[in-house]
Amino acid sequence: MRKLKEFFIEKLILICGLASIFFVVLIFLFLTKEGLSVFKSVTPGNFLFGKSWYPISEPAHLGILPLIFGSLLVTLGAAIISIPIGVACAVYIAEIAPLKIKEILKAGIELLAAIPSVVLGFIGMVTLVPWVKSTFHLPTGLTALSGSIILAFMAMPTIVSIAEDALYSVPKSYKEGAFALGATHWQTIYRVLLPAASSGIVAAVMLGIGRVIGETMAVMMITGNAAVIPQSILVPVRTLTATIAAEMGEAVVGSEHYFALFAIGIVLFIMSFIINVTADLFLHKRNR
Amino acid sequence: MFKKCLFILVTFMLTVPAYAAGNKNSIQIKGSDTMVNLGQAWAEKYMEENPGDFVAVTGGGSGTGLSSLISGTCDIAMSSRNIKDKEIALAKQKGNNPFEIKVALDGLAVVVNPANPVSNLTVDQLAGIFTGSITNWKEVGGKDEKIVILSREVNSGTHVYFKEHVLRKGNASGTEEFAPGALMLSSSQAIADEVSGNSSAIGYYGMGYISNKQKPVAVAKDTNSEYVNPSIDNVLSGKYPISRPLFLYTNGEPQGLVKKIVDYILSKEGQDIVIKTDFVPVKK
Repeated sequence: MRKLKEFFIEKLILICGLASIFFVVLIFLFLTKEGLSVFKSVTPGNFLFGKSWYPISEPAHLGILPLIFGSLLVTLGAAIISIPIGVACAVYIAEIAPLKIKEILKAGIELLAAIPSVVLGFIGMVTLVPWVKSTFHLPTGLTALSGSIILAFMAMPTIVSIAEDALYSVPKSYKEGAFALGATHWQTIYRVLLPAASSGIVAAVMLGIGRVIGETMAVMMITGNAAVIPQSILVPVRTLTATIAAEMGEAVVGSEHYFALFAIGIVLFIMSFIINVTADLFLHKRNR
Repeated sequence: MFKKCLFILVTFMLTVPAYAAGNKNSIQIKGSDTMVNLGQAWAEKYMEENPGDFVAVTGGGSGTGLSSLISGTCDIAMSSRNIKDKEIALAKQKGNNPFEIKVALDGLAVVVNPANPVSNLTVDQLAGIFTGSITNWKEVGGKDEKIVILSREVNSGTHVYFKEHVLRKGNASGTEEFAPGALMLSSSQAIADEVSGNSSAIGYYGMGYISNKQKPVAVAKDTNSEYVNPSIDNVLSGKYPISRPLFLYTNGEPQGLVKKIVDYILSKEGQDIVIKTDFVPVKK
């Protein structure tokens, strides 16, 4: 009887374990099935490199190049802002901060991670957008820069907590060795600790970027959603995620617009897959 | 333990659909963002007078409402545009038969910031601005400022109507499009907010959203006609050039509770609510 129970529980857990993989495969198959249908009406080249996105016109223009650029620009901006701050914050928490401040900072960062993105977007819309408009004398504050700043806030918790972990797991002996050779604390940090933890920090950055590229709500609220190839970071952009979110409601099921949105989903899936695999490679490098 | 879990799971699976199907006194209205305030007002008054009936109203855009009606997830779709042939075909395929009821009229107001000196525009000038061939306010008699175009997202009936009747001037085979640099905002309120804070912005939405923080532009059909303000009287008399009908779509002719609500909406009382929410009634 007991053995039987054991057997059932084991199998149940096995099924749960397999479920996640099963779901990923199902999602990917569904995306592929729906998304590839768009190529009946538009060639892959025109889809990926077409410069105009007018999905509901007759005939529809389904070129997602402006959307890809929009996503990349916002992500790049967010990375430029969040990586230095995030890594510096991790160094401070792991190496310099006294215990009490460390606890407060860690709690604060966890809290930052817990703010829903729609709330950040809303705050950005009423505070950041007017600020960007008046500071840079722009016709409108709904720009890629506003999106980047808000997304940097979202990427930071991921970057800080994983990078701090990486710094923390550098063997104590490295640090002691550096001190013994007469290095100052700062020299130890940037000549010994940062290089030793570099793979973990890169992984942290990649995961942070992964979070940014998939973010939807906040960017939809504050980047203006104009589908043009951006010439600078101070113009409105439209991202891949915002396009899907804004248009899926309208898309008539089975129309080429509907399939195009799924195809955008595939592009996003591939992007975040590449980012996650890169992060994984670096994490494993560190563990070896 | 496992048995207990299974029991809970099974009970859950059995009760949820039963609950959803058994709730005959509630109906779902979904669709046009332009009409969502109106729909909400109807629903509230109706429920006040008919306790026990429950009406839920959600926005999302005309396209969203119609596709929900087609897929059977709502009872009434609100739409600020006519249903497309493609959608009718799709509905027929699924065994649905969309039935159209005209419930109100809406004047589309073109709004600018109150600080903007421009207050008269012709339809041609509007088309020029929104397609991107006019890019500076000084070309239409304003300050030397770049024009910021605000538009609704493509899931909006307002977007479609404005494109067909202003940009393409009603020419069904026209190919004019919104300028690629037009900002696509997700709601009428977002456009209202941006216009009130941005002196070089121009946007459009249903008359109901006008407040004193935005200035509606008087519009003329061509340079020879008079400039007309968006007001209830001007829409009803047909003088204001950009107005459109608002529809409800039901699956087949309305029956039961759906009929009761549609009748209420078309009654004197329902049409009074139309005026109160700044739309134009179908009959006065």
